[in-house]
This record gives sequence, C-alpha cells and structure tokens, in this order.
Amino acid sequence: MMEFLADLTLLADSTLRIATPLILAALAGLVAERGGVVDIGLEGKMLAAAFAAAAAAAVTGSPWPGLAAGIGASVALSLLHGYVSISQRGNQIVSGMAINIAVAGLAPTLANFWFQRGGQTPLLTDESRFSAISLPFADTLKDVPVLGALYSEIISGHNLITYMTVFLVPAVAWMLYKTRFGLRLRAVGENPEAVDTAGISVAALRYQAIIIAGILCGLAGTVLSTGLGAGFIRDMSAGKGFLALAAMIFGKWKPVPTLLACLLFGFVDALQGRLQGVSLPLIGEIPVQFTIMLPYVLTVIILAGFVGKIQAPRASGIPYEKDH
Amino acid sequence: MTGKTSLAIETRDLSKRFGDVRANDQISLRVKAGTVHGIVGENGAGKSTLLKMLFGFYAPNSGDILVNGEHVSFVNPADAMARGVGMVHQHFMLVEPFTVLENIILGAEGSHNLDQAKAKARAALVELEEKFGFDLPLDEPVEHLAVGVRQRAEILKALYKGAEILILDEPTAVLTPQECEQLFALVKLLKEQGKTILFVTHKLHEIMAVTDDVTVIRAGKLVARRVTAQTSSAELAELMVGSVVVREVAREKHADDAERLILSGVSCFNSQGQKALKAVSFEVRDGEVLGIAGVAGNGQTELLEVVTGLRQISDGEIRFAGETTNSPSHMQDPIALRRMGMAHVAEDRLKTGVVETMSARENIILGYQREPDFSAHGVLKLKDIADRAEDYFESQDVRPRNPGLNIGSFSGGNQQKIVIAREIARSPQLLVIGQPTRGVDIGAVTKIHDQITELRNAGKALLVVSADLDELLAISDRIAVMCEGEIIGTMPTEEADEKTLGLMMAGQRQSNDSVSAIPTSSNDGASTLPASSQEAS
Repeated sequence: MMEFLADLTLLADSTLRIATPLILAALAGLVAERGGVVDIGLEGKMLAAAFAAAAAAAVTGSPWPGLAAGIGASVALSLLHGYVSISQRGNQIVSGMAINIAVAGLAPTLANFWFQRGGQTPLLTDESRFSAISLPFADTLKDVPVLGALYSEIISGHNLITYMTVFLVPAVAWMLYKTRFGLRLRAVGENPEAVDTAGISVAALRYQAIIIAGILCGLAGTVLSTGLGAGFIRDMSAGKGFLALAAMIFGKWKPVPTLLACLLFGFVDALQGRLQGVSLPLIGEIPVQFTIMLPYVLTVIILAGFVGKIQAPRASGIPYEKDH
Repeated sequence: MTGKTSLAIETRDLSKRFGDVRANDQISLRVKAGTVHGIVGENGAGKSTLLKMLFGFYAPNSGDILVNGEHVSFVNPADAMARGVGMVHQHFMLVEPFTVLENIILGAEGSHNLDQAKAKARAALVELEEKFGFDLPLDEPVEHLAVGVRQRAEILKALYKGAEILILDEPTAVLTPQECEQLFALVKLLKEQGKTILFVTHKLHEIMAVTDDVTVIRAGKLVARRVTAQTSSAELAELMVGSVVVREVAREKHADDAERLILSGVSCFNSQGQKALKAVSFEVRDGEVLGIAGVAGNGQTELLEVVTGLRQISDGEIRFAGETTNSPSHMQDPIALRRMGMAHVAEDRLKTGVVETMSARENIILGYQREPDFSAHGVLKLKDIADRAEDYFESQDVRPRNPGLNIGSFSGGNQQKIVIAREIARSPQLLVIGQPTRGVDIGAVTKIHDQITELRNAGKALLVVSADLDELLAISDRIAVMCEGEIIGTMPTEEADEKTLGLMMAGQRQSNDSVSAIPTSSNDGASTLPASSQEAS
C-alpha cells in the first residue's frame, strides 16, 4: 500500500513536470488561434527557445539571460510567422512548418558552431538553470502522513517556470474573458470583418496575439532546456509542440479544459516512463518502443473519437482580406 | 448646420476603381437630413462599393465626401462612426458565439474591464431600446437568434455607437415578408426620431414603400435622382436596367401529364444529425414547374440533395420515372440519375455547380465526362469538348465569348448560363434547379426564366427551389412552401400571393378557404419587373 502511494506521488510529480512545457505551448497556441492565426510552428519555436535559453545560460552562467534569450528567439519567430501570415496573407500552415523545419536544422548547427559538442550545448550547472525550488517547510512537513507527503513531494520541488505556469492559466483565462483585449481577440478569431467594421485594426490585434503566443512558447522552450533538462539536445522538443496543439483542440480552445488535456497527456507520458521495464500481470514486459508511443496513440484516439463536435475559432487560419 | 433642407451626406464626383473596373464613376449623391433615401441598382451596379466608401471601409480614388456639410476623409470605419455614420451590412458583422451585448460593445467598450464595460452598456441600452421599441435578448449568443433579430441587433449596435445617419445595405435580402414589414416600421420610427436613413436595395417595391427620395445607380454611374412620390416602379426599373424588360416566352396551357417525380413521406437527417425533412410528400408532373418557397435553411438544401441522389433518406420513398431512386435501404447515385434523365443545377454554384479554378470548357463536361461524346477509354476528346463549349457559349450568349477562361472569372449570370447549358444539353426529363438566379444580373434573369418556361412548354418536369418569391410567382405552376422541414402547403400560383406565402413561410398553415379568399394582385413591383435576383454581389 505504502509503495503504491509512493508510486502515485512520483507519478503525480512527474506529470506536473512533463505537463509544464505542454501547458505553456498549448496556451500559446490557444492565444494565437483565438486571434485567428494557426500556430503549427509551436514545435519549432519551442525548440529555438530551448536552444537560445541553454546557450545564453551556458555563456552567462545564469538562467535569467537564458530566459530572455528563449523568449526573444520565440517572439522573433512569431513575428516572422506574423509577417508571412498577417501582413503578407501567406499560408499559415506552410509558414509554421517552415519554422519547424528550419529550427530543427539550425539549432544543432549553431550549437555545433558555437560550442563544438556535436549539436548540444554544454551541460548547465545548477546555478545556471531554473532548478528545483524547495517550498518553505517542505522538509519539516515531509513526515506528516498524506498531506505532508502531498505538499513536499508533489507541490514542492518544482522549478520557477512550473510555478509561473500555475498562475499563467488563470491569467490567460482572465485576459480572454474579462478584459477588453480578450473580447477583441476572440472576435478577431471568429469574424475579423466585424472587428474591422467596429474600427479596430485586425492586423494589430493579430500581431499582439502572436507576440503573447511567442512569449508563452518561449517559456515552454526555456523550461525544457534550463528547467527540466540541463542543456540543449538535438530535437529535444520531441513533438511536444504538436502534442500541445492536440491538447488545445481537445480542450476546445478554452484555457481550463486545455490545462486538463495537457495534464492528461503529461500523466500518460509519466505513466509510460514508469511502465518501462516493468512487468505487468498477464502481458509481461512491454517493449519500450510501445510505451513511448502511448501519448501519441492517445492523441490520435482522442482526436478521432472522443472529442465530439468541436468548433474551432471560425476565422482561424484564414488570412484577412478586405475585398471579398 | 442641420436645417430643414441641409444634406446629411453629399458626395462629389466620387470614384473608385478595382483594377480596370470602374466600380463607382463620378457619383454625386445628395441625401437630405432626416429623410429615408433609397439607393437602387442591379446586383453589381456599384451600390455596395459606394456604401463602403461612405463608411470608411474603402478609400475613394477621387472625389469628395461631405457629412453634414463638412468635408471628411475617413481612414477607417471608426472615423465614420465618430461622425455619426453607422452601417448595417448585408452580411451581418456579428461575432456568432458572442452575446448580443458583447457584439454591441465590441470596439466601443469604454473600459478595459469587460464586466464594467458590459454593466455600463447595459444601462445605456435599456434606454435606447425603450426609445426605439426594441426588445432584444442581450445575453443570448447571436448564433441562436433568427435573422430578423440579428438585424435588429446590428441596428441597435449602430445606434449605440451614436449613428445619426444609418446605412442599410440590402436589409431585406434574408428576411421573411413579415420581418420586412417590421423593418419598414422601424425605419419609419427612426426617421421620426430624426435619423437619416440610406436604404439600399434592388427590390423596387421596397423603395416605393419606405423611401422619400431615390437615387438610381447603373454600371457604377448615377443615372437618376427622383422624389419617390413622383416616380413609379416601372420608371425605376427602366432606369435600373437601361431598357424595358420584356418577357418573351409565355406559359402555354398544359394538361396534367404523367407524374415524373413522386416523393412520399420523405424524411432525412442533415449532416449535423438533426431531422431536416419531415414526411415530405409531393409530385412533379411533366410540363409543370413546381416551385419550393421558404426562408433559407428550412430543409430546401436537403430536399435538393435527396432528390438528386446526394443524401439518403431515412423514411419514405422517392420515385423518379417510375423507379424507386431513394429509399432508406437504397439510393441511386447521381450518375445513374443523370442517365435516367435527371439534371441538376446546383443551389450553391461555386461550391457544387462548378470548379472555380477550371476553365469554362472543362466545366461544361463535369458530371458528363464519362459520356462517349466527351471521352473514350478514359481519355478526354478535347476537340469535341471545345466545339461543344463554343456551341453553348453561342446559344446562351455567354460573355466574354472565351471558353478558355477560368469559370470563376465570369460574372454570376454568365456562370449560371454555362451551367444551365450543360444540364439541359441532353434534354433531361426532370430538371432540378436550386436558386436559379442567385447572384445573377437582371438581363440574365429574364433569359434564365424564359429557358425554364421553354422547357416546361416542351413537356419537361421542373423542380425549382428559390428564396425569391417574385421569381417563384413568375415561373411556377404550383408553389409549395417549406418551413422547418415540412411542406406547409401547396397552391396553384394563380391563387398565391406574397402575403399568403409569407405567412406560410413563417409556419402558418392556410386552410383552402382562406387561400382563395385572398385577392391575387399584390405584385406591385413584380408585375413590371418579372423577378428580382436574390442576392447582391
């Protein structure tokens, strides 16, 4: 029984860790798409941010320049995506995929050029990354049954960005539903002509949306290489950008359901980690290749069958043109 | 500045070009303050372009706009609104999932805090609603509202933003006759409250009913200004089209012939899984046109689909030429139906009637590409196809006379002529037509109506679905009215008029007595103008 409980806390703890970049990226996609810009380049932006953050942290020895560099890289790519899809009315999927492919090649190349470590950045020391923070009394409360363990094992001991994420979900929800900007943002993703005829600039709103998305996605990338990991590794985003998009769709473009979807994906990912090498009754040991597949198989199943009728923001992915 | 004869809006030689097309050519409009001013013109005459300049959506290439005697140059709609110019667009500028209240405050929130903005607006709106007799569900999402209610939300939105001059662009295009009456009453009330209204339409009886003055626009030019009381719909029709519209083909008397198409108790579900048709029964005979009337979205689309083999029915039976073609257990596909002598002019031309980015030449074989005169062993006979296209273009007088152009670059009317030529080429026994003249200019409307009558006279059966009552009254032998997936009633056209049909479209069943009791002469505009086309460009 005790062992089971310990397993469960470990599972919950790694769910949170794994879900952090997913939640941030999904929120980024949500803000962009609510504003009418499809952001399939999340993967690439996350990877670029991971690289920039790790590189800056390695050079300066502090995570803060890393954070700035991560956000900067992601926002810069967001603006590129915005220029193509908002200003030039180009195809948003092509632009996003171009970012993904370019970054997948460019990041390891630059890493190799600057650090000569075969496409990786140097291993970060604890001082130069967002390492685990022990919340007050975590140690003293550890022995209190259940609640103490919950506090010290699950709630305490995460990095700063994970804690920020906890606040960012309600913040994004508040922005969407309780502010003037949120009203306009949702409107521009549904019917940009209505926004235009109301005398508000469609382009300006959409640029603001993708800049916010860039910042959130930058945080996601930064936490990958300087919070969860300790340096940049080739392809370290490993499809998380796409998984985030799936979670956003599963969450019907709403912050709280999206959060839950990310936690579900995080949980399955954590579970597959625990299942590796474990022998299950009846089935025996599951090959690693199959357990790793789990989150992605789940994505396909969920999107194929369990989501039900979902309505994307109606103008999402459609460039806005006046004459039509 | 606002004396009795002052102008609320004046334009001086206002022009706008799109590429080589002069959408507006030196238009000098004069709208007196406190009046209802009509702007009338055919689809594509340039009405919408003019309005969009008045509202700051387009910038003019040359010319001036004056509002209340002052020169203005609007950079965007916000500028126009600041000057008290509000517009209700033909396609409503509403965000569907938003509530009425959220739609109204969008862009004029007055506070960064949405809750505060809503509370403030609600108080102001209650006052406005009282003044103008509105009763709108402010907290209902717009997507749940009927079209007429959405339009009132649009009007309230403009008033809330301080509109003194209200532009209504084709406001009746989507309304039932009863909703139109409500709108006309509102327009009169707004005028009494001192607002200036620009009422834009291509329907002449509306101009006669609500306006004080009228300006006629043809091919981008202002061709006439009239005081409504001193003109007639006949004169306006002539000014609009440039020549007197004459129908050439008369309907010949016909004895009732064999039943070509029979629907008995037909029900079906739409793509969202809702019941779209409920026990629909009717028959179409050889040598008659059966018109299907109804407000768009009441099952007409599904009706066309089940008849033409695009959607299987869940109950009942459809028989065509003596054979069962659609039943819950079996459905003949469109290829089989074509070979049995059914042709289909699709309702949504650009979606299902043609492939926009293919040439007219390629489009004339769509659906018939397997026929031996167009292909052999899967290889197209390009020469024969080109010859056939020439024939169609000649017989239908399609312009420009170039079948090599993408069909998307032809006007709506010319596209429709091409589609009709394709579908009647094999002299089908039954022609199913959805919205025969949607987005078609008046010259082509007459031609298309004549063709329908000719087919009827030749003994063919025709099933015509149209949202345009004038059109159905002009071409049908009998009219059936649909509402919420049911046939509310069927009556011979001689006994039908707009009022009766309008009530039926709203779901009110008519007993036979009341139908014959209603006089059959309310076609004031329609008698001189056989039909107005349904939707503006």
